[in-house]
Amino acid sequence: VCTHRVRSCSSIRFIKSKYVCVFDKSALKFSHQQRLFRTSAVSRGQIVQFKLSDIGEGITEVTVKEWYIKEGDSVSQFDSICEVQSDKASVTITSRYDGIIRKLHYSLDEIAYVGKPLVDIEIDASKGVAPAEDVVEAPPMSHEEHTHQEIKGHKTLATPAVRRLAMENNIKLSEIVGTGKDNRILKEDILNYLAKQTGAILPPSPKADIIPPLPKSETVPAPPKDKARKIPVPVSRPIVFSGKDKTEPVTGFHKAMVKTMSAALKIPHFGYCDEIDMTQLVQLREELKPLAQIRGVKLSFMPFFIKAASLGLLQYPILNASLDENCQNVTYKASHNIGVAMDTEQGLIVPNVKNVQVCSVFEIASELNRLQSLGSAGQLGTSDLTGGTFTLSNVGTIGGTYTKPVILPPEVAIGALGKIQVLPRFNGKGEVFKAQIMNVSWSADHRIIDGATMARFSNLWKSYLENPASMLLDLK
Amino acid sequence: MVLQSSLKNCLQLSCILQAPKAGFRSTASGGLIMQSTSNDVYQNLAVEDWIHDHMNLENQQVLFLWRNSPAVVIGRHQNPWQECNLRLLRQKNIKLARRRSGGGTVYHDLGNINLTFFTTRKKHERMENLKLVVKALKALRPQLDVHVTDRYDILLDRQYKISGTAAKLGRTAAYHHCTLLCNTDKFVLSSVLKSPYKGLKSNATPSVPASVKNLFEEDSSLTSELLLDAIAEEYATQHRIDRHINLINPADETVLPGINNKAKELQTWEWVYGKTPKFNISTHFNIAYKDSVLDVKVDMDVKHGRIEVCNIDLPEQWLPPALCSELVKNLTGSKFCPNETTALVTTLLRACPHDGDLQSKWNLLCENIKMLM
Repeated sequence: VCTHRVRSCSSIRFIKSKYVCVFDKSALKFSHQQRLFRTSAVSRGQIVQFKLSDIGEGITEVTVKEWYIKEGDSVSQFDSICEVQSDKASVTITSRYDGIIRKLHYSLDEIAYVGKPLVDIEIDASKGVAPAEDVVEAPPMSHEEHTHQEIKGHKTLATPAVRRLAMENNIKLSEIVGTGKDNRILKEDILNYLAKQTGAILPPSPKADIIPPLPKSETVPAPPKDKARKIPVPVSRPIVFSGKDKTEPVTGFHKAMVKTMSAALKIPHFGYCDEIDMTQLVQLREELKPLAQIRGVKLSFMPFFIKAASLGLLQYPILNASLDENCQNVTYKASHNIGVAMDTEQGLIVPNVKNVQVCSVFEIASELNRLQSLGSAGQLGTSDLTGGTFTLSNVGTIGGTYTKPVILPPEVAIGALGKIQVLPRFNGKGEVFKAQIMNVSWSADHRIIDGATMARFSNLWKSYLENPASMLLDLK
Repeated sequence: MVLQSSLKNCLQLSCILQAPKAGFRSTASGGLIMQSTSNDVYQNLAVEDWIHDHMNLENQQVLFLWRNSPAVVIGRHQNPWQECNLRLLRQKNIKLARRRSGGGTVYHDLGNINLTFFTTRKKHERMENLKLVVKALKALRPQLDVHVTDRYDILLDRQYKISGTAAKLGRTAAYHHCTLLCNTDKFVLSSVLKSPYKGLKSNATPSVPASVKNLFEEDSSLTSELLLDAIAEEYATQHRIDRHINLINPADETVLPGINNKAKELQTWEWVYGKTPKFNISTHFNIAYKDSVLDVKVDMDVKHGRIEVCNIDLPEQWLPPALCSELVKNLTGSKFCPNETTALVTTLLRACPHDGDLQSKWNLLCENIKMLM
């Protein structure tokens, strides 16, 4: 049994040294301690001073501009160590060794000298020492892992197919870390290297390339002394995902949003939804679009929604109000500054059209154009984004029907509009006709707004949009 | 010389770019001349990266010719706030790019030619390249008074800078690129390269301003195309290669696999602004509000383009102290960016009870803070 375990472990690539037979517990402990020794100050590796090599063109000194590593990091040969600058030339210094960085000889913006030590690297003295990872299972292979791949000076092992793939992609085999047995380079290694270089997602290698697992009954190869039988033992490679979780701090706009949304959710939200038959409005807009275009303004549905909302607010001013901190006073805002949610690079921002109560539909459209172009250029001003009293969010441009919008304090109501769908509906005569239906979802602060008020406001708004001519009666 | 853009040409180019070290095709040994079909600064910089990372330059050197639509290009270790008028750039929709080579800030438009000389690290020789350019110019117009300085500039009439240089050295490969002013808008150039930001303290590489002149002004028969051809011809002669400009499309993944990702990386905020070396901004501004004028002092440390430490000194009680501390708390860690700041401050205001007066003061303060960015 012991022998068998030795065999199956030696087929796992990591145990290279001849003397590591870490199968009895005491030996396991020893190697574990050995590892501890290595990571403590009393290191067993050899410290090499990596000197700053010749830059060329007679340059003797450079300024250190950026460090890519810090003390304690492990590096592999060819990893970037730092960026130095000399007289308009930016130079990337790469490591000549595999090892652990023990000392940085310069700090940022200091002058470094060619031929003098740049960093101290601890190189592993005895290459045969296996990292005492879990000996029972094969740990995942990651390029960041501190493993020693002394390719230089050794003949690289790779099948002709793999060599051809490397050649086609102009890759030096010496630059690839082989993950097969005896450090042999596999097709996956080439693909991974390419993916790392190009950031491309490459198709997984076809099944044919995966070496089938070794059937156990035949796993007793001849003793190592039999040199004639150097058949490589196929290894069953576990499927490995080397992606890592990424944590970043919540900053800037998102941090402010956390605060605002937390305040918003303290408001008891009352929801009310309905559907609007947009058929007549669709037609009206088609007629008016070219007129607006002549005047240099792009006309969407929003100006109509906004003006209709303002007319509704004239009848139900409580929806354009603000509740103070202690819920003791309600302020009815005179201006209808209606906010329009806009999706930008930052996320969702809400610029508002000021004083809609005295604006024509055309003026609203014109102002929306201005806000939209500023928004996409990232140049909205603070006054455009503050002072809103009521908000409409046209999430339907992205998709969706009904939603549950969150009220933006210090406002007390918000409406979200779904997409316009062509649906069958019945008309007054009982006939089925094609209707352009849009859904609206309102949320209101239930502390001061009751269901009836919200419903009546919604009905009024709906009637203006379903029969646009009726807006004429109430337009100021 | 006629620019060839046949399909055959592109296929040949594809072979040249991907051919292995051994077994070369017989034409174009020793050198290769490429010209970009794009005027997008990010795509063109990405081509430089690609050639630097992927092409084998042992047996051939490469000359890459490119022009950009209006853009400001800062050096690898520079501070954009120190180097240019970012507000003006945003207004005029002029792009900002950070290249990987060192050196100072330049303004590109279609009247400027960019030349990149790719070699192995051992064969990297900036002076030789610049002498080649001067030779080409003199061959075209023998009466031109152009020469190379020891700062690797090319001067016209002994006083006007018409070319600036920068270089990037990697492990095995290196490149040297330089500009050449043919017919650039000097008015825009001087206005965008003037920084309005005061109170900046930084160790970033500063640019050395110089008087510039266009070759067009010296000789109105000189066009960008003419100059490009002359330089390509001189390069071909010196390297004893085919006088053959290979057109390259920087968006073509089949010829340049991975190029689009490189271009994307160059456009990220983290690269363009985030790579700015740590700096401090210490300044003040006046706010006029309702018959009084206040002095506000601002002190910020910006690292990786984000506000690391933030201090805003306001007269007491002008704004509720709780709101002020929220502002400072939220600005810390946020990008040093007017767009981000606008979104942040307007969102913050919502979470705090306020009236019209407070709103006006808040907006005033924030607009002024944004002006620093």
